[in-house]
Amino acid sequence: MALLEVKNLQVRVEEREILHGLSLTVNPGEVHAIMGPNGSGKSTLSHVIAGKPGYEVTGGEILFRGEDLLEMSPDARAAKGVFLAFQYPVEIPGVATMNFLRTALNAQRKARGESEFSTPDFLKKVREVAARLNIPQDMLRRGVNVGFSGGEKKRNEILQMALFEPSLCILDEMDSGLDIDALKVAADGVNALRSPDRAMVVITHYQRLLNYIIPDFVHVISKGRVVKSGGKELALELEASGYARFEDAA
Amino acid sequence: MNVAVAKKETGRALSDSFAIARDRLPGSGKVAEARSAAFAAFDRVGLPNRRIEDWKYTDLRALLREVLPPAPAPDAAALSRAAEAVRLRAIKGVRRLVLVDGVFAAKLSELGGLEKGLAVRTLRDVLEAGDAALQAQLLAPDNSNPMVALNSAMMTDGVVVEIADGVVLKQPLHVVHVASGTAPTARFTRSLLRLGKAAGATLVESYIAADGARAYQVHDSLLVTIGDHSRLDHVRLVEDSDDAANICSVVVTLGARAHLNTFGMASGAAVSRYQATIAFAGEHSRVETNGVNLLNGRQHADTTMVMDHAVPNCASREVFRAVVDDRAHSVFQGRIIVRPHAQKTDAKMMTRALLLSDEAEADNKPELEIFADDVTCGHGATTGALDESLLFYLRARGLSEKEAQALLIQAFVGEAIESIVSDELRELVVAAARRWLEARQ
Repeated sequence: MALLEVKNLQVRVEEREILHGLSLTVNPGEVHAIMGPNGSGKSTLSHVIAGKPGYEVTGGEILFRGEDLLEMSPDARAAKGVFLAFQYPVEIPGVATMNFLRTALNAQRKARGESEFSTPDFLKKVREVAARLNIPQDMLRRGVNVGFSGGEKKRNEILQMALFEPSLCILDEMDSGLDIDALKVAADGVNALRSPDRAMVVITHYQRLLNYIIPDFVHVISKGRVVKSGGKELALELEASGYARFEDAA
Repeated sequence: MNVAVAKKETGRALSDSFAIARDRLPGSGKVAEARSAAFAAFDRVGLPNRRIEDWKYTDLRALLREVLPPAPAPDAAALSRAAEAVRLRAIKGVRRLVLVDGVFAAKLSELGGLEKGLAVRTLRDVLEAGDAALQAQLLAPDNSNPMVALNSAMMTDGVVVEIADGVVLKQPLHVVHVASGTAPTARFTRSLLRLGKAAGATLVESYIAADGARAYQVHDSLLVTIGDHSRLDHVRLVEDSDDAANICSVVVTLGARAHLNTFGMASGAAVSRYQATIAFAGEHSRVETNGVNLLNGRQHADTTMVMDHAVPNCASREVFRAVVDDRAHSVFQGRIIVRPHAQKTDAKMMTRALLLSDEAEADNKPELEIFADDVTCGHGATTGALDESLLFYLRARGLSEKEAQALLIQAFVGEAIESIVSDELRELVVAAARRWLEARQ
């Protein structure tokens, strides 16, 4: 069974239709890149999969392991294994990172009927993951993302990905706001999490990110639907020719 | 017309209960005279209504309708219910002083082995046999405020604590007000804390209900003097039953180079009003006052602060946070007075309200009365809902809507709670806030 099936998805935001029948199938272990110009609907797709309020689905469906994802609350989707790495992770002053990580991890485990982590077990796990991603302990002591640089915020997203062990990771414009060094660090973190059981959907405007996270499939979205799909070479093609050709096709 | 009749009826009922109670209230001579004068002052106005500017948002005539008759002294059953309530809210390492239905309960209190320089008496003792100076201090509050006047007239008991010069108490004092009687009645209490020079103390006050206490009223007051070079840390938790009323007036006077750090949180009581006047009487003193309201249902909680900078070179900081759900109503009135000679005053006040429902209401009324020209004064007030983008981020990480809200609410009130210096007391307040949050889940 496919992990994620998006079928003929139509989505409106404030009376304006953004996605006009978008379809996408993702199997376990696959890495899909979704590329497209600004305003093509890339981020809308990621938000609708994660369950962000404010989007009206007027047609189509999203199945996650065959279950209707659109019927689930955002937290239920997270517990099922859907993870959205935000383009702009929010700062949450007054909420300590460690407390947030533990509350989130245990909420997901509880929803799945698994036992909650004890404090020592949790600390051990976070330290292991943080060490693997080169995240200093000091970052974990601060408020969630408060005063973090762009690179630190993205690393914090990857830390959560590693900790929650989701089966579907959606990386929304992970490269935005990162210099090349920070991008490499983030991409290494993501690559370390690639596994036969885990699929990734990498949303990006630029081909550059795909030099570091090599996709199995590339889809070009324009004006709210997939206009072309192919292998990783499609990204290079796009880099050379630009999006204009596909916009005409849409 | 009906309103006028109703008011008269209420007034008469209370006059009758004062007339009946008067002879049994502690104190004679000057004390009794002062009570009569105070009752007359209250009786002229009655319960304050919204036409009185100070009570615009808290119309006690509408919210309380009447002052209930005084509670009888607790019987053995009431004391035993109170003991259980006290046990459930016990704090480690404190010296506990318990008032049950407005009467000092020696059996539930810890009076043995008082530290040197600490004297604890009951208000009843002081009014009946105390020295004239202490009595005068207890009768000093300004009866122009009707609820102060009512309290002056009816006070039955309380604790009178004196801490000698140079004595820094190691053990916090915990005054517990327990409502235990099952009939809807009122408790009238007044306590006093006098800190000498270069002294220090921590005072915790809790208001709780024993099993079965219903629809009662707490009418309390606290008088504090902090001597030169002294410091008081004060934490106050209102966790009365959700159909109770808690009206409390506080007057604090600080000497020179004195320090007050005070925190109050109201999560209980249907109706509460905390009115505090903090006056600087000596230079180079500092006050931090922090407050939190956690309200739901149809609760109404009012915090009214007057910060009186009467002398130069003092600093005050006020931080207030209100979390208001359902149809609850939170009020914060903060007045800062800087008198003509109080140059170099540094006074700041920041109040923020978080509305969790469309019908929740928060009123913030800052008032700055500045008569000196070389001062730093500022205030700010905001009211808003929880940030949707933060809520979504947390929910996308697996937190339910209530869990996500709880985390953000804890962060919101955290800034006020962080001001509490003692780790144990901060934990106590965090636990009380958590109880409120868990009750929402």
